[in-house]
Amino acid sequence: MAEMDTSSGGSHKKGPGVKKGKKLSTRVDLTPMVDLGFLLVTFFVFTTTMQQSTAMNMNEPKDDNPEEQMKVKNSGAMTILLGKQDQLYYYYGQLDPATLSEQFKSTSFKEIRQLIVDKKKATPIDDLMYIIKSDSSSNFKNAIDILDEMAISAVPAGHYAEVDITPAEALMIRETEAANGIK
Amino acid sequence: MPKVKIPRKSTIVDMTAMCDVAFLLLSFFILATKQKPPEVMAVTPPNSISAKVAPDKAILITMTKDGRAFISLGDETRKADILKDINTIKQLGLTPSELAKWGKTEFYGLPLNQVKSSLALSDPIPPIKLPGIPISDTTNNELTDWLRSVTNVFAGEDQKQLQEMLLIKGDGEVLYPVFKNVKRAFKKNQLFKFRIVTNGEPVPIGSELYMDSKKK
Repeated sequence: MAEMDTSSGGSHKKGPGVKKGKKLSTRVDLTPMVDLGFLLVTFFVFTTTMQQSTAMNMNEPKDDNPEEQMKVKNSGAMTILLGKQDQLYYYYGQLDPATLSEQFKSTSFKEIRQLIVDKKKATPIDDLMYIIKSDSSSNFKNAIDILDEMAISAVPAGHYAEVDITPAEALMIRETEAANGIK
Repeated sequence: MPKVKIPRKSTIVDMTAMCDVAFLLLSFFILATKQKPPEVMAVTPPNSISAKVAPDKAILITMTKDGRAFISLGDETRKADILKDINTIKQLGLTPSELAKWGKTEFYGLPLNQVKSSLALSDPIPPIKLPGIPISDTTNNELTDWLRSVTNVFAGEDQKQLQEMLLIKGDGEVLYPVFKNVKRAFKKNQLFKFRIVTNGEPVPIGSELYMDSKKK
């Protein structure tokens, strides 16, 4: 298709004195064009499948009656608090005013995965409970990311829950933020 | 011994056919991929490892970066029913022709008391300029009203189907209280299961889930 037959004219003899013109082939090397074509094909194939948005399931508890709320063992509970600027705070068990500053630690999304796994390994599965509390200054991404962390660390459903933050905890976050210079 | 002469053949292959195939495939993929409807609301959802694909026709609640909430109601027949329902319950006093006009909207983001006046305008308000559904007020969270009408319309149907259609899409930077207000509207309507639109990402290598899936 892309070639033209130029050889037919070459066989017959030219008259004397007629100089033979240099014959240029019209054959074009199509290899780069093929390369380009397949490159584009692969590009389109990859980009279209990757752009698909996914959906994450979310189960909210029925929190009408607080008496029904699960009682959590102190030894198995880890509370993760979400703060401003992707900052995380956590403590084990219950917050005790006497040991508050030792209990309340700050961390980041990079380190939380290890902390979650460590806690999971150190606790009998029946006692295990992660309590997630979001401060009003944290964002939607944090809330989803921490739930995703639970899934990544294969924490079974029912062993983590989102709970409203208490004023005392919000205050602790404020103070820690001020101490760490997070605005 | 006579020598067998093997004729020398050129190694040049005609690339024309291959080129044709490549471009045929290219044009096929370009035409066959569904064109995404242009994003009216610029929203960058957070990432998650979830692999479930979000459905197309869904009751979608969108939260934009600045904290506004919008709802879009999925397929046309249900949409009309939902709008009719909210019109009667909230006594918006829309005439059938106004309802039909309202049904043409894709993103609903007006306080309900402004709906009638907005329908009188010759040009609809562009989605970017809409104020959003009021959700911050606990006593008058209008998303609750919207979702009530949604549940009313789906009342006789498979609830599991409805659960799969309820989607929340939010920009990663939306502050948590906005999300909480949206969740509250769901809970008030006894909707405890819904889904969050995220961008898929692979399970991190070395994580617990990754190990578990390897064992199987």
